[in-house]
Parts: sequence; C-alpha cells; structure tokens
Amino acid sequence: MQTAKHSTPLPREGQGGGVAFKYFPHTADDIQQMLDVIGVRSLDDLYAEIPEEIKLHRELDLPSEKSEEEVRSIIQGLAAQNKPLVCFAGAGSYDHYTPSVVPFLASRSEFSTSYTPYQAEISQGTLQYIFEYQSLMANLTGMDISNASMYDGSTATAEAMLMCVAAAKKRNRVLISATMQPAVLAVVRTYAKFHGVDLVEVPEKDGVMDKDAAREQIEKDDVAGLIVCQPNRYGLIEDFTGLADLCHEHKALLAVNTMASALAVLKTPGEWGADIACGEAQSLGIPMGYGGPYIGYLCTKEALVRKMPGRLVGATTDADGRRTFVLTMQAREQHIRREKATSNICTAQGFMCLYVACYLSLMGPKGMHEVNEQSYASAHYLHDELLKTGKFEEVFPGSFLNEFTLRVKGDAHKLREALAEEGYLLGVPTLFKENCLTIASTERRTKQEIDNMVECIKR
Amino acid sequence: MNRTYYGKLIFELSKQGRVGYSLPKNEFEGYSLVELDATLSRQTELSLPECDELTVVRHYTNMSNNNFGVDTGFYPLGSCTMKYNPKLNEEVCQLPGFNLHPMTPAKYAQGSLKLYDEVQKTLAEIAGLSRFTLNPYAGAHGELTGLMVIRSYHISRGDTLRTKIIVPDSAHGTNPASAAVCGLQIVEVKSLADGTVDVEALKPLLGPDIAGMMMTNPNTLGLFEKQIPEIARLVHECGGLMYYDGANLNPMLGVCRPGDMGFDVMHINLHKTFSTPHGGGGPGSGPVGVRKGLEQFLPNPQVRLTPNPSLVERGADTSAYELHCETTPLSTREGQGVSPYVSFFLGNFGIIIRAYAYLLSLGKENIPMAGKLSVLNANYIKESLRSHYKLPIDTVCKHEFVFDGLLEEYGGDHHDPEHVTTLDVAKRLLDYGFHAPTIYFPLLFHEALMIEPTETESKETLDDFIAVMKRIAEEAKTNPQLLKTAPHDTPVRRMDDVKAVKEPHFTYYK
Repeated sequence: MQTAKHSTPLPREGQGGGVAFKYFPHTADDIQQMLDVIGVRSLDDLYAEIPEEIKLHRELDLPSEKSEEEVRSIIQGLAAQNKPLVCFAGAGSYDHYTPSVVPFLASRSEFSTSYTPYQAEISQGTLQYIFEYQSLMANLTGMDISNASMYDGSTATAEAMLMCVAAAKKRNRVLISATMQPAVLAVVRTYAKFHGVDLVEVPEKDGVMDKDAAREQIEKDDVAGLIVCQPNRYGLIEDFTGLADLCHEHKALLAVNTMASALAVLKTPGEWGADIACGEAQSLGIPMGYGGPYIGYLCTKEALVRKMPGRLVGATTDADGRRTFVLTMQAREQHIRREKATSNICTAQGFMCLYVACYLSLMGPKGMHEVNEQSYASAHYLHDELLKTGKFEEVFPGSFLNEFTLRVKGDAHKLREALAEEGYLLGVPTLFKENCLTIASTERRTKQEIDNMVECIKR
Repeated sequence: MNRTYYGKLIFELSKQGRVGYSLPKNEFEGYSLVELDATLSRQTELSLPECDELTVVRHYTNMSNNNFGVDTGFYPLGSCTMKYNPKLNEEVCQLPGFNLHPMTPAKYAQGSLKLYDEVQKTLAEIAGLSRFTLNPYAGAHGELTGLMVIRSYHISRGDTLRTKIIVPDSAHGTNPASAAVCGLQIVEVKSLADGTVDVEALKPLLGPDIAGMMMTNPNTLGLFEKQIPEIARLVHECGGLMYYDGANLNPMLGVCRPGDMGFDVMHINLHKTFSTPHGGGGPGSGPVGVRKGLEQFLPNPQVRLTPNPSLVERGADTSAYELHCETTPLSTREGQGVSPYVSFFLGNFGIIIRAYAYLLSLGKENIPMAGKLSVLNANYIKESLRSHYKLPIDTVCKHEFVFDGLLEEYGGDHHDPEHVTTLDVAKRLLDYGFHAPTIYFPLLFHEALMIEPTETESKETLDDFIAVMKRIAEEAKTNPQLLKTAPHDTPVRRMDDVKAVKEPHFTYYK
C-alpha cells in the first residue's frame, strides 16, 4: 500500500495515550485492541480501498481545537455584536411571551437526544407529545387532523399547494392570494416553479384578496385549490364568506394560512369551511431566534388524510391492552413509497411540537384569549398614537388584530433607521407599497415602550 | 429502561379554571377584541387543557421517563449518526443576543451573520466545495434545494431537456422523493452483488436527458464506492452534475472530500455529522454546498461580506455582512423568472449555532478523528458479531454495515416461516437497554439489520452491545418465543400497528 503523506498520529502524546479529546472515549489500548480484532494495523488502513488520488493528503485548513472556555468566549463575542431591538415587527415572526416552564421542559435530553420514534416501545414520550400537539392544532384550527409538523409556515403552505394538486389528480392550477405573507409566497412560488404547478396570483383590492377575481378563475373549472392568508400581509383580517362553497362547487380545495396564535380568536379555517389549514406556529411560545427553528402546521379533513405529507401519530393499544401511540399511515411516506410519496419530508420539526404542546397546556383557553386581547389592545394603541404624531397616514380601511400597515409621510426607510439607532424595530418595509411600514405589537410590549418610541418619532 | 407506564394525556389532567401562565395587567384601556365583527371571530369552543404549572411540569417529566435518547443509552441506528450531543452547544445557542427578529437590519445582526458565514466557510473546506447555504431545514430539504440548483444550472444554459436523475437502488428513500418534488423523473441504477453501483449498467442510462446523479458515498451498506472517479467522469461527460447525499459524510471527514471525489452539489445533515440533537424527528439542518460556478443558483437570502463605507468612519473594519438576494431571474421551462427561496429566512439558525460550537471545539485535529473512530467502531462490531449474524458483504466497512439477520444455525433462515426475524432481534434489544439498529433497510437484503455506532461510543459500550447481540442469538436458538414476544421490560409492549390504521385516532377529540 502506498503510504499516505498525512497519516494519523497514534496515539497522541500525553498521559494515558489515546486521542485525548472529551468527545472521544478511545484510549490507545482500546484502539490497538480493536484494530487487532479487525485485523488491520492502523486507523488509516481502514481507508485502504479509497483511491489515493482523491484522498486529502493535508490537514484541513481550519483553526485548531478550542477549549470549552474559548468556544464560549468566541460565541459570546458574536452574540455581543448583535443588537436586539425592541420589537414592533411581525411579518410571520412575533415577539410573544414564553413561560419559563417551556424551555425548561424542552431541555430534557430524554426528548431532545432521541431519534424519530420508530421504536414505539421506548419512544412513548415523543409519540405522546406529538399526539397532544396534533390534538391541540386540530382544535385550534377547527380541522379533523393535524400532522406531526412541517419545517415552517412557508414550506407548510407549499406542501398545501402540492396536496391540492395531488387531490385534484388532473388539475394543475393553484390560486394563491396576492395578500399572502411575502416570505411564504416566495417559497410557494419556488416549489411551484420546480414541481411544475401553474401557480396563479389572485390580485388584491383595498388590501384584501379580490374575491371577484378569485371567482372568475375558479369558475373556469380547472383550479385544484385556492390558498388564502389570515391575517394577511398588511395585517388585515379578511372575510372569506362564500369562498369554501364556491371552491367546492367547482371541485377545488380551499387552504387557509393563519398565524397560529390568532386561531384562538379569529374565525377558524374549519369555520370558514376550509379543506386545509396551514401556517406558522412560531407565535405559540417559540422565541424569534433569528428565524428558526420554528414549526409549520398542516391540518386537514379526515377524507384527505392519505394525501397529507409528513409524519402522523395515532393511538392504538399494546400487547397488554394499554393505550399507546405509534407512527402510523406510513404508506404515504418517502421511506416506503420513494418517488410516489406524498412529499419528500423525513425529518420535520418534531421537537418544536413539545414547545407548542407545553405552551398551549400552560396558557389554556383563558391565556390564549388574554394574549390576543393584550396584543390587540397594544397594537391598536400604537396605531392610534402613531397617527396622532401626524407623521403617518392610513393606507387601508378594515379590521386588524396585532399588525397593521401605515404610510409614512416622508422617507419610511430613514425613519426606520433612525428608530433602530434609538433601539426600536419599527415594522418591516411593506413590499410594493412605497413608504409603508407593516407594524406589529404583542402582549410583551409595554405602554412605556410605546410612549417612548412615539416620543422619538415626534422629535 | 424505566418500566413504569405513563399513559396520561394532558387533556385528562385539565380542570376548568386552572391556569399555568401569568401575564401583566392590560395597560391599554379602551381597546378590546369585542370590537371585532362577529363574522370574523371564532365561534366554536377552544378546548385547550386548563392546568397549573406543576401539573404541566410533572406530566412532561413523567413522559420523558418513557423515552430513550442518546443520553439514555447506545443508539446504533444505521444511517442516522446518533452521536453524543455536547451540552456546551445547548448553552451557547440560548444566548439572549441571538434572539433577533429575522427582519432586524443587518447592521444590528452582524454577530449572527458572521457566525453563519463562518459555518458556511468551514463546511466548504470540509466538503471541498466553494460555498454553502445554511437555509435548508433538514436533509431531505437540502436534497430538494440541491436538485433545484442542478435544474437551474441546466436551464440557465438553455439545456432544458435534462429532466431525469439517476438514483441507485440502494439510495435513501428521500432521494427519489426529493427528485419527484423537484419535478424530475427518476432513473434507477442497479447495484452489483457487493452493493456498489454497477458502472456497466450506468453507461447506457447516460444521455442528453440526464440532469445528474445522486449518490451517497459510502453508500447505505457502508461501502466506499471505489469507482467514484469513473462514475463522476461518465456523468460529467454526458453533461450531468453529481449530487452527494451527505447522510453518510461522517466517516469521510478530513480523509476524502466529496468535492475531491467529483461531486458538484451536496447537502450535510448538521444533526448527523455535526452533533446537533435529532429532537425526536427535527429540527435538523441541511446545508447545501456547491462547486465554484454554481453559487448563483443557491437560494435566497444569501449572506455576503461586503465593504461597508459606514464603518470606515469608526476607523475599524471596513467590511460588513449583508443579506444578498440573487436578482438574476432564473428562466424556467415556463419562461418566467423565479428568485429561489426554500425557507422563511436563514434556516434553523439555533441549530447552526450548535454546529458552530461543535466545529470550533473539534478543530482541524479532531474533525478527521471523529470519522476514523466511527469507522473503527463499526468494523469492531462487525468482526465481533459475524460469528452469529449473516454478513452478506465481507469487506472493511466505513461508518456502518449491514447484517442479513441471524445465521441459519441461530434460527435466521428466512425460508423457514417460523424463523426469528430481524424485527424480533430488534425488539429483544430494547429489553437489554439498547436502541435497535435500522431494520429492513436497505431493501437489498431480506432481513437487513443496519448498524452505525459513531465515534462517541466507548469500547466498553460496544463490548456490552456485542455480548447482548450474541446472547440474543443464543436465545433465538433455545427460546425463539422469547424474541417473538419481545420486548418484555420496556414501559409498553409491542403495538397493534394494524389497529392504528383500521381504527384511526389522530387526536384526543376523535
């Protein structure tokens, strides 16, 4: 065998020999004994079959190993280079209160260090919390069933689009409201382009989807589904009355994307008559965390269960007759069906189901109502105070919950930058609306914070 | 394993009037949800549980005791790389400075953007590629993203007929599924008897309709595909690109890089190779890397280091990290442009922080060692158990290998309807406090038992596992019924999977 230019030093110098690194338990003796059992002379001999010309005959061009204190210090240094701002932004990510119990329970490594619960006998903890999550999401959305989560709200909506096409069989056109959250729309559009779905945007009128334009399209009888957004990209609450009947008369499905926390107080997808409910559940106690990990939810009617992507937990009994939980209906999934599966999803956001289940268990119906009540009140107070400064004007009529859009009389970009210097994140720039900001508030924002920011604006 | 059964659901602990939260007093008088039009308001009851704090804490703590994790015991799950999840990683990802709103202006998120770029660069060096996006959320999501890159590359060259992708019959199920979501047709290439790709069978499949080929190397049998330079040459010669499924990257670390093998696009599972927790099925992270010349096809937003005049004034660094969105519209077969996005923002950022802590901790010295020790562990188990289990492919493996069930003298003859199956062996392992290996995958063998030990397991743990596997083989010979009814000592027993499908209950309410 040709000698490699860079061979593994064995053992490294030091007390006791071995590789002496905290995540590797092997002593020099261990390695030698194991090599003897295998019948090779060195660790490098285990790679003898790999052609020499494609091996890396040098060290990786990376820094040397770091001690625990060094790693902590480097990462603390990076965290210190960030400047978290008092958050008045939403657009799919909201700064809600997380009870301390939620991250505490989520830190239990019996949950976090486990794999997908394929061995149900030793995974009842994971299976049980996913079953609870499914139950909670089904109740929140007013639908029959929920899957065990999707990556985020945007991919959940893309999967809802694929579900519409799969359920319709011969139709390949899906309508999506132009008032969809822009980040969601961008992902759905990408999936549509590559999968070959004919995705058509339904235009907006006065800040909400133009229902007449939707009707015109649906009546062509070639539409597989319609996807709408609640509250929409401007924060407005849309009225979907009549949409489900219209869709169903023309054999199309209705999918409603709703910000999860709002499901506690707004008319649910189930009440609107939707076939699919999808969206982002970050608002249920998950920190903003610079965009992830979050959790997408996807719920549907019982009749559509076989078209549903992702994992699904069901209740059953064990050999002793006790109620237990298992992964079920796996014939839909990629590891069984390969290219004929309902989706390519394998790993989803399982662990975040625990976050949501803990959060909703602590909040209960009263807490969820209170969170929405306070978010509503603080957002409306902020809205009115901003208008009172005389530096903003209304853009749309219509009701909103905790997010709204105003036009800045002047340069919105400059105002947002100036406020960031003062420590406030005032909304996000509204796409395609000049000098408009879409602004959000939650129960975490105090009157003092709002008044202080408004003072800065007045200056 | 704790044998106590805990089967309650949170709904059964609920009592009307209890609360588990505390919110400040509402400061904003004069505004109330009652103003909202009834036609827009929820009318149906919200039947969430009503619980005090301790009830919730006990409930989930009791539930966790019925769960097996890497911190509980050995997890030899093939193709899943269940290595130890370092606790330092868990600590640093919680730093309050990282809890930013995703629309925070880049100027106030320099630390996070720098961290993203550092991880991106580190992965590029490890992979032998040019640039990574960390936006994909998981392995399968990475595959989809990578295939989008491949399709965009061909389409940008006007090469629009390349709509087929070659996938080996031994590939992970996500490979063909991701290709289908990406709008590609799957062409399967057969394996040779030793489980590697049949190059002769590959040749006639190549042509002007081939977008590329997906492979994992080592493959799902843990074998290094020695013909890889030849395979890559053939696929490139026909105009296709090579996609590397990074699920099995661990044994290759620092020894042989996918880029050097001839791959153009790949994903890495941070939750496998770089120690972030699997979380009972996510959140993972599936960064996608590309060879030079393909960077412009990666999804948006991209993190870029650009000169920043506003920082010059401070007399310090003149560059800053910015979010960049590729504006060149990609033409697709419909002739319209698309700016590719696969995620809400920059992916599972919290997972990326954990992986960074791991990469810093290991450094250039230990990253290659992780791979080598994982290969040592796998071969040690293989050689120690071949006396009891059928080894269909007798060669040095990489990080994992496959047994085809028990040897015939231990009751493993699968022609015998009464034979002891791989499922029986797997379930009996649970009684001894081990997680089962991956079973019935890959599909090339009848009784596949796929074992991947990872480098963080000690020789003592492996010796215990080997002893138990031998004991199970003896039991299979002397008392097969004991295996057929296993597990016996777990919190619950074997489940009625058929009932779960025939009498479906997916929620507490129905």
